[in-house]
Amino acid sequence: MTDKRLTADDVVAELADGMTIGIGGWASRRKPMALVKAILRSNLKDLTIVSYGGPDVGMLCASGQAKKVVYGFVSMDTVPLEPHFRIARQTGAIEAVELDEGILQWGLYAAALRLPFLPTRAGLHSDVMRINPQLRTVVSPYDDAEELVAVPAIHLDAALVHLNRADERGNTQFLGPDLYFDDLFCMAAARRFVSCERVVAARDFASEGSIHTLRVHRGMVDGVVEAPGGARFTSCVPDYDRDEVVQSAYAATAGDPDAYGQFMERYLGE
Amino acid sequence: MSDVTRNEICVTACADAFRGDGEIMASAMGVVPMLGARLARATFAPDLLVSDGEATFVDGDGTAEGWIPFRSVFDTLWSGRRHVIMGATQVDRFGNQNIACIGDWARPKAQLLGVRGAPGNTINHTTSYWVPNHGTRVFVPAVDFVSGIGWDRGAVEIRVVVSNLGVFDFDTPDHSMRLRSHHPGVSVAEIVDATGFELAVGDAVETRAPTDEELRLIRDVLDPTGTRDAA
Repeated sequence: MTDKRLTADDVVAELADGMTIGIGGWASRRKPMALVKAILRSNLKDLTIVSYGGPDVGMLCASGQAKKVVYGFVSMDTVPLEPHFRIARQTGAIEAVELDEGILQWGLYAAALRLPFLPTRAGLHSDVMRINPQLRTVVSPYDDAEELVAVPAIHLDAALVHLNRADERGNTQFLGPDLYFDDLFCMAAARRFVSCERVVAARDFASEGSIHTLRVHRGMVDGVVEAPGGARFTSCVPDYDRDEVVQSAYAATAGDPDAYGQFMERYLGE
Repeated sequence: MSDVTRNEICVTACADAFRGDGEIMASAMGVVPMLGARLARATFAPDLLVSDGEATFVDGDGTAEGWIPFRSVFDTLWSGRRHVIMGATQVDRFGNQNIACIGDWARPKAQLLGVRGAPGNTINHTTSYWVPNHGTRVFVPAVDFVSGIGWDRGAVEIRVVVSNLGVFDFDTPDHSMRLRSHHPGVSVAEIVDATGFELAVGDAVETRAPTDEELRLIRDVLDPTGTRDAA
């Protein structure tokens, strides 16, 4: 049996400058912040970040490590606009690929299924097509001859996700109401890393949730990092809710490098 | 009832947007539209499916009746069996909507949310909008970025825009925006002045007030703590 346990720094050691990294979770929900913190402490640079974005994106923009961000939105839910991401966009500090949420899902799914593209109507006639000249359309080969967006596969060099439980071998368990797209991030990636609240024995999964919670299994995972509180300040229900106080403090540092530096010193030390 | 607030008028107008939708998913972004969806389900549209904002369909008394994680939301919206009331930072006379950015997208003056699901929503199912701050900066001749597509770009249906001043539909020959009703205490002239494009006006009526029963539901059942006024 392979023991896949790693430290967050071990994970970062497997990443390289210029990689495309997918980050799971959704907005300010179950973000793998312990792994993001390890990137923030490292010298990694020129990263392309693919995310249903929240503070993960904001911090990697503020640190200058994100060169490019692929997103459908960047939001912190209760703080609807992610202020550090906004600054990066408004100063032209990052390259942006803005997609419909469903187009992003389709791109990950196409990569997961080793397909060159998947068709959809989402995006047609909107400015998503104008700003993304790489998005092409395809005509249905059937009698309807409908023109559809051919969403190209979004291949990831690595995926980082945070789940509630995992065993040493990389079987994982989500205990909240929504997996989001964490399985697709893993399936779209060459290397897949999961942080979790607690490493448990596989036989203990059943005491916390049904078989349906074991969605991301060891065939989809290369490394497991035990990181209690590893999503904070984002939510990781039912283990904990979002820490609104810390999130507000983070948001309030936008545009004030000194305050941001102080916040991050404290945050990275936690 | 003379003490009906503007927000209660808007909640009722959002509820009316779902009239006739049947057994589909009713989604709503923001407190007033969400109360509208729940009011509709509690009264004239009992078959609507309404989520708790996370991943559970809940019925009128809060009982979980279905699982609707984001994956299933996307599937549902691509199936067409959904009507959403979204926000709009900008909206034009054909119902094109912008929540992405102000200014040139390449280097925006103000980065907003991102397009979210607006392109996919509008080309797949009925979409309406809620604008709490009706003015010429929102009702613009052309949006800076087309997130949700309007009638002129092939939207399935942009049904209504509910603002803090009135209710607007697209029941005109070319599907351009029309004033359907002005809220009590708001003049047609005021609305025309606050709209940055030519608005079809016709015989606009006054937006209906909630019935006594609707008002009771809003105040005592759906929103006893008054979140609609903090919105």
